[in-house]
Amino acid sequence: MNIVVCIKQVPDSDKVTIDRETNRLNRAGVPSIINPFDENALEMALQLKDAHGGKVTVISMGPPQAEEALRTALSHGADDAILISDRKFGGADTWATSYTISLAIKKLENVDLVLFGKQAIDGDTAQVGPGVAHFLDIPTLTYAKAIEVTGDTYKVTKVTEDGYEVWDIDKPCALTVVKEANQLRMPSLKKKMAAKKAEIPCWGFDELQPDEEKIGLAGSPTKVSKVFAPPVKLNKEILSGEPAEMVTELIKKLKERNVL
Amino acid sequence: MSTTKELWVFAEQRDGKIAGVVNELLSEGQILCEKSGYTLCAVLPSDNGAVLCQELYNFGAKKVYTIDDPKLKDYQNDYYSRAVAQLINEKKPEIVLYGATTIGRSLAPTVAVMVDAGLTADCTQLDFDVEAGNLLQTRPAFGGNIMATIICPDNRPQMATVRSNVFKKTKISENEAGEQVPYAVDLSGVPERMRRLESVHEADNTIDLNAAQFIVSGGRGVGKPENFKIIYDLAAELGAAVGASRATVDAGWISHHHQVGQTGKTVCPVVYVACGISGAIQHLAGMQSSDVIVAVNKDPDAPIFDVADFGLIGDLHEIVPEFQKQIAAAKN
Repeated sequence: MNIVVCIKQVPDSDKVTIDRETNRLNRAGVPSIINPFDENALEMALQLKDAHGGKVTVISMGPPQAEEALRTALSHGADDAILISDRKFGGADTWATSYTISLAIKKLENVDLVLFGKQAIDGDTAQVGPGVAHFLDIPTLTYAKAIEVTGDTYKVTKVTEDGYEVWDIDKPCALTVVKEANQLRMPSLKKKMAAKKAEIPCWGFDELQPDEEKIGLAGSPTKVSKVFAPPVKLNKEILSGEPAEMVTELIKKLKERNVL
Repeated sequence: MSTTKELWVFAEQRDGKIAGVVNELLSEGQILCEKSGYTLCAVLPSDNGAVLCQELYNFGAKKVYTIDDPKLKDYQNDYYSRAVAQLINEKKPEIVLYGATTIGRSLAPTVAVMVDAGLTADCTQLDFDVEAGNLLQTRPAFGGNIMATIICPDNRPQMATVRSNVFKKTKISENEAGEQVPYAVDLSGVPERMRRLESVHEADNTIDLNAAQFIVSGGRGVGKPENFKIIYDLAAELGAAVGASRATVDAGWISHHHQVGQTGKTVCPVVYVACGISGAIQHLAGMQSSDVIVAVNKDPDAPIFDVADFGLIGDLHEIVPEFQKQIAAAKN
């Protein structure tokens, strides 16, 4: 089986802070990680490879330093890695990103399955997976938590709001994977060493030959018009003191508001 | 010929029932239509749309495009995206809104690339810039640490997804007038590439966060998984559902079904009690439209207090059991 896993390098958003004067992100010192949901996509791919053989290729679109995320993925067991990077791709929204990534996957041969994390924790859009699937003209299911290979199709269990659905989907297809699917295995020392030395090709504008109007800022329908700090509530009441007194006061206030 | 511009709401139905978020979007859409002068419409793919139109009129839709086909009975990404994209290409709406459900979050990104539309996910606020004619789509970004307003100045339609419970629904009446516009779509050329084999519903009251009037949530301050017991005990006393922050879910203290926030559920209960939750905006994005917010935290500078109506500064391990005790006592 040839499996492609699309990963994104993201800042660890739990550790991101905002400079309230400028409304800019304090990026300095914030570690970069593989988007946590992409780890589940990677593990799903590795398990399929364990069971059926084949190859796992990780690809990532981003600035040159996204190569680090790819090396990490190799240390966990991926076979190959490809970086998609070019200044011309910068400023891409999910539309342009989906298009660009799909061109890279089209260059790979005999792909049986394309996996994504259910969403990235920096943008939280969950849009690139289905977008790529459309550009590749393959069927897609979101929120996958389990997969079985059944001949020429896959049997996929996807999470819904109040339960789950089981689908039969043709090969090749694209899935976005949820956290409860699995937990990424530990990297092995041997693979870590190999990952450090691995050659990671970088595919840019010349390799992918994109339509110039569909990439980067120009290919992005959405524009950021402004950023601002979230609003603060004005008439709040802060209670302090002994727990029993605070709670008595709280219950009184909640009753006054007719909510208790 | 002059035609009025249109704002569409994707009328998601499951088993012949309109999703609650659809009516919320219609109510918000009405406000946007008052500002923009657009006509509020719903788009309803199903196997029998006629029976569902009245409900959509009652929440403000003036026109319902029904797309009937046996293949559209249940959601299937290929058929639905083809049907909706074809209708968009023909009627050219200005704006299309979708619920950010598991269905909407598959359909909207697929349709967006099919019709070259911009798409903004999980908007928490929508407004209309009358001068520029743009939809102002505001959403939390970067794990919710900051708010961003997104526009699509050059592409139409402008598309956005919105989670359940972000907007309030307001039924106008039980018998609003509206117009059903049946639209025929030919799906015979769409290859059948996926088939639903099974659909299972699981119910659990403690995780029905969307329906809950009261929610008690625990965060990192709870300390360890066993300590969630006091959260559950208070919730039981209040008849509340139990929520949790991403940190506790990531740490494996409680199942992801309980997670409230940008990457979990968006909730809108009457009372939300946040215990030991610092209030990363990623969490706030999922609960700040609750009617009354109570925060319990020992750190007076915790950002959760910025959105709280009532803040209790102190140790949740003392305050939460005390809260439960006093509620229990009040019942007797």
